Amino acid sequence: MNGLAKAIVYGAASLALYALLFLYAEETVELARRTREGEKIWFLVPIVIAFAFSLVHGAFTGAFWDAIGLRPADKKRRK
Amino acid sequence: MEAVTFIQIETAAAVQLFLVGLVGGMVSGFIGSGGAFVLTPAMMTMGVPGIVAVASNICHKFPKALVGTLKRHEYGQVDWKLGMVMSAFAELGMFAGKQVMTGIRRAYGDIGTSLYVSAVFIVVLAIVGGFVLRDAWRMYRAERAGEDVRTHRVTRIARWVQSVQIPGTMMHFRSLGASVSVLFIAPLGFATGMLAATIAVGGFIGVPAMIYLLGAPALMASATELLIAFVMGLGGTVFYALDGAVDIRLAMIILAGSLFGIQIGAIGTTYVKDHAVKLVMGLIMVIVLFSRFFYVPGYLSQMGRIAPLDADLLARLTWLGDGTLVLALAVGGLAILWALVRGMAEHRQQHEELAAVDGVED
Repeated sequence: MNGLAKAIVYGAASLALYALLFLYAEETVELARRTREGEKIWFLVPIVIAFAFSLVHGAFTGAFWDAIGLRPADKKRRK
Repeated sequence: MEAVTFIQIETAAAVQLFLVGLVGGMVSGFIGSGGAFVLTPAMMTMGVPGIVAVASNICHKFPKALVGTLKRHEYGQVDWKLGMVMSAFAELGMFAGKQVMTGIRRAYGDIGTSLYVSAVFIVVLAIVGGFVLRDAWRMYRAERAGEDVRTHRVTRIARWVQSVQIPGTMMHFRSLGASVSVLFIAPLGFATGMLAATIAVGGFIGVPAMIYLLGAPALMASATELLIAFVMGLGGTVFYALDGAVDIRLAMIILAGSLFGIQIGAIGTTYVKDHAVKLVMGLIMVIVLFSRFFYVPGYLSQMGRIAPLDADLLARLTWLGDGTLVLALAVGGLAILWALVRGMAEHRQQHEELAAVDGVED
């Protein structure tokens, strides 16, 4: 997969995740309330969300900068 | 105990958090930490209760640090072993730091903890920030004068630490190119965690400690700090999530911006010499230090130590303090961008020269 295609695929996936979060925003607030009221198992929800977003959105932002030409220095030719 | 309530998120607030996250991510990607300290006050200004602001901030920090760690691992800058050993003690330090804060709150109330946090800020940043900045300045001047500056010079104290042999506690670390006793690393990790629990930026101790006391190159120290920040952030998030205090909506908005930023910061490190990391870190530390002076009069007047201040003046002082934090971040962000742009231009020029010599297009 070339850089631009990668940026588009991960970008779409990241956008989908954010759309889901927006749609289910009320539910996340509700789950936090239930955690406070003693249903401790729901503490996993924000953690799982954070991991999922970091992997997908992190891959997107990396591919995004790469696609527009912001790349690390090529080590072999560094002085 | 403070009531946990989640606010309505307005578009303007979301954009503001995204942007602060972006610049904060750049700083974290470059110096290993320190990009998140304006987010807690920024969220509180929007009406987010203190505990939710702290919890949501830390919940955006661990995924950000994870992405940064993986990125800088690609550049061979992360010492995983040193990071994990430091992290183990940092977790203990975080726990101790929280206990101290709870104790102070019980004895002196919220104002007591605010004053304690300010005092820690001022003492730590003055000593460590001054030292880091002085070192960066010396290296920069020597380089300008055309002296031969090796990219990494091990301090005398680090050489001594590396020379001490305590049987049964020695571990070899790639970033140091030497074996060091875990007994030296334990207090450094502990202090990093304690500082993280107090002022939310453990890296202000962790990074200089790895550079000056253990002898790690600045680039590797800042990369390894990201791993420590990940472990501490994950631990902290679990702790706050169990209390239902994490507002995942806020955390993910900040993360959206900061993951763009952390990549820029990480890429930036591949173009700069060691002293650039020290310079940016020292600059930020010293500016953050000055921000605390604007808050202290308010705390003292609330405690009744000085005559009560006019509400208008108090609001203005708080605004100045918050503004100085934003300034620290902005200066850091601009310095990183400048280093990146300059580094890329030099790199391109070098490539062209090499291509001309080789007679091949690259």
